Parts: sequence; structure tokens; C-alpha cells
Amino acid sequence: MQWLIYIFLIPMVVLIGGGIIGLYAKGVDRKFAAYYQSRIGPPLRQPFYDIGKLMQKQTIIPENAVGWIFSGAPFVALASSVILLVYILVPYFAWIGDFNFFFSKSGDIILILYLLMIPSIALVAGGFASGSPYATLGAQREMVILMSTELPLAVTAVTFAWRLSHVAPGASHFSLVTMSFHPLWSGMGPFGILGGMLLALSIAVVIPAELAKIPFDQAEAETEIAEGLLAEYSGKYLAFYQIADGVKSLAVISLAVILFFPNGFVQMTGYRIAPAGYDITLLLDVVIFMVKVFLVYFVSVTTVRIAMARLKISQVAKLFLVTITVMCLAGYVLITLDPVIRTL
Amino acid sequence: MRIRKMKKSFKRSLWAFHINTGSCNACDIEILATLMPRYDAERFGIKLVGTPRHADVLLVTGPVTEKIRDKVIRVYEQVPDPKLVIVIGGCGSTTGVYQESYAVTGPVDNCIPVDVFIPGCPPRPEAILYGVARAWEKLEKIMKEGSKNAS
Repeated sequence: MQWLIYIFLIPMVVLIGGGIIGLYAKGVDRKFAAYYQSRIGPPLRQPFYDIGKLMQKQTIIPENAVGWIFSGAPFVALASSVILLVYILVPYFAWIGDFNFFFSKSGDIILILYLLMIPSIALVAGGFASGSPYATLGAQREMVILMSTELPLAVTAVTFAWRLSHVAPGASHFSLVTMSFHPLWSGMGPFGILGGMLLALSIAVVIPAELAKIPFDQAEAETEIAEGLLAEYSGKYLAFYQIADGVKSLAVISLAVILFFPNGFVQMTGYRIAPAGYDITLLLDVVIFMVKVFLVYFVSVTTVRIAMARLKISQVAKLFLVTITVMCLAGYVLITLDPVIRTL
Repeated sequence: MRIRKMKKSFKRSLWAFHINTGSCNACDIEILATLMPRYDAERFGIKLVGTPRHADVLLVTGPVTEKIRDKVIRVYEQVPDPKLVIVIGGCGSTTGVYQESYAVTGPVDNCIPVDVFIPGCPPRPEAILYGVARAWEKLEKIMKEGSKNAS
């Protein structure tokens, strides 16, 4: 019966914790963006104020919208983001903290790639269902972005799995925990390191596209197509989308951190911290992980979104389907060649 | 308690939708100047949004021309309650230099209820921020009345 409790309890904890941290991350993002533009910027709690306000406002369902899809999509987006976060974070921290329970064997990267699509698909369904031409246009753009980012992500997943099959035969190669257990950079020659850097760079470009941030916010372009997908959403549903966005950004960036910088305190130093018999290493690991997440968020989302303008949708498709995919494939080839070259 | 919380959230987060009803663009530039580093309205959670569905505040500039009158009313109806209308500039407040023009049906309060007028041609960013502060006061008043009616 214990696993039943886990199944209900853990998503609840992740929903609340992930929601709070995700929204704070959004606040930090806005603050840093303001610093970049030499403004003071809103307080860190600004996203919470926004949610609080949206919750109090009238929620309008347009007359020519398909009601049940329109009102169901925000909940699907939120629920799938939370499940995504559960599958990414819980096995990782179970591994870091040396727990062994229900979730510690789950977290398959193929499953995560598909879960990653569901919030976007919910957005697309909501956009098509809202019966506004702007939302339809935004939904079409979101579909294009969704399809073009699939390929680099899939190549990255395959690369990691291939490497694991080489480094750790016998382990489950598609499991995120195995990937954290054998970090990409350990035991690699210069070719492998170069390939890993190419993969990391392409994932850094994929992150803003997954989170619909400038330069890849074509689907929600506020000045161009009146917020696109979200054009008809108001009140509570918009608030749910905001929370889902926070949770999803935390999930996507955690995925990048787990893939590329998985080391916890014990792996970095080889010590455990236990003053007066209490093992606080896990707490320290959570802090280290959060620092990494905020750093990656700052570098690959905030900086990029301040420094760049919005691309055209055709440019986005071309960028991901050609440039980034080729980069990923080059990384794949380099990582594949690495053990061959070293044995020569 | 709920009302107090509500007021706080509203005070810290006003999303504005800007609609130009035939102004000469000077007021629009002043609105942008309010958001720029010198005055930085985002400190107070004020930001421009792209669709009336997300808005709390409608910023209307310009005398209302014949052609845009219906659209202004339609945009006003699209904004979810509770909502405020702030008119920026002399044209919107009194039709200004366009008085008795055959193309103008304004001022704005001929077609939609207005909460705050900010006169000036164009008004300075300080004036716009002051107008927003007055709008907050008005919002508080509306909410107090609402709570009284509810009880």
C-alpha cells in the first residue's frame, strides 16, 4: 500500500514546491531582465501577485469557443507539467539521497520527451478551440516549433543512450538515473568533450524554444498576433497557464541540468556532511541543484531573451531542423568516435 | 480578508492594454516612456499586454474617430471585470484640437465609461503614473462598494 501513498503524495508535493519555485524563477528572470535594461524591475514576488490578481478576475469563455477543450486545456497543461517534473526530479533526488522506493527506477528519457510535448499540445488544443484567428495562428506556430525541436532532442537522447550502452553495459540505458550516475564528461577524450559541448549548446538553444521565450516566442507573440495561443484566455485559466509555464520551465531546465551537470555534493567532493549525526547532504544537494537551475535559466533564457529579437517562424523551423540537428548529429558522431580513437 | 488580499494583488499587478483611437502617436510614445528605464512602471507590476482579455486597464489615446468607435466599444466589452479605463491626452479627454471635426465622435466618454482622465498634449510620464495611482484609488473604492453590496 505504501506505493499508493507515494503516487498521490509526491505529485502533490511537487505541484506545490515546483509551482512556488517555478514562479520565483519567473520573478528572478524578470528582475535580471530589468537589471540588463538598467531598470529596477518588479519584485521577485511579482508572478504571485499576477496569479493572485488573475484568480480574482472574471473568467470569460468566448461564445464561439469549444467550451470543454477551452477550459480543459489549462488543467491538462498544468497536470502534465507536474507529472513531467515528478519524473525528472524524484528519481534524481532518490539517487542523490540514496533512497530506494517506488519512483527511483522510473524516469525514462523517451517517456520524458513525450511528456514534454503534452503541455504544448494542450496549449495548441486550447488555442484551436478558442475560436479566435489569432489563437489559431499561434497554435499553428506552436505546432511548427514543437515538431522542429523534437529532432534535436531525440538525437540527444539517442546519444546519451548509446554512450551508456558503451560505458555501462547491463544498466538500463534510457533511464535518467543511469545518465546521472555516469556523467557525460567523465572518462571522455577531447573528441567526446567536444561532442558533449555541441550537445549542450544545442540543448541550450532548445530550452527557450520549449519555454516559448524570445527569440522563439512566435506562438505567443504579444505585439504581433495579440498573444497568439493565449489571446482568448482570461482570469483563472490564464493563471493556470502561468503556473504550468513556471512548472514546465523548472522541469525543462532541471532536465538539462540532470543530463549535463548531474553531480551532487558527494560526487563532487566525496564527502558527506553530517553535523551531530544528522545527514544534511541531501539538503545541500537541493541547494546546489537550485543554483545550477537558476544559472542555466539565467544564461540560456534571460540573457538570450534580452539580447535577441523574435525570429520569423520559417527561420525557427530552419534553425532547428538544419543547424541544430546537424550540431546534435556532429556531437553524436564525435561521442561515438571517441572510444574508437582512444583505442587506436 | 479576501477583499484586502485582492486589493493588494491588484495594486501590485496592473496589466494594461493600449488602444489608439486616432491619436497622433505622441501619447503612445509617452506611454512607452513610462515603461522605459527612467520611470520603469514595471516596478509596480504594470505591463503592456497584447490582448484585451488579459487586461485590467484600458489605456485609450486619441479622439474617437467615426471608424473606430465600434471597435473601442467592442474592446471595452472584451476586457474581463473588474476593469478600469484611463484616457491619456487632451484629445481623448475633450477631443482637443479636433473639436467639431466631421470625422470625430469623441471624446472617449461618449462611447465608454472612463475612470481617469490624464490631460496634456502629450502628458508627461509623471502625469501618467499619477493617473495610474488615482486609478488604484478608484479601484479600491469600487471594491469597497462591491463588498458592501455583497454583505
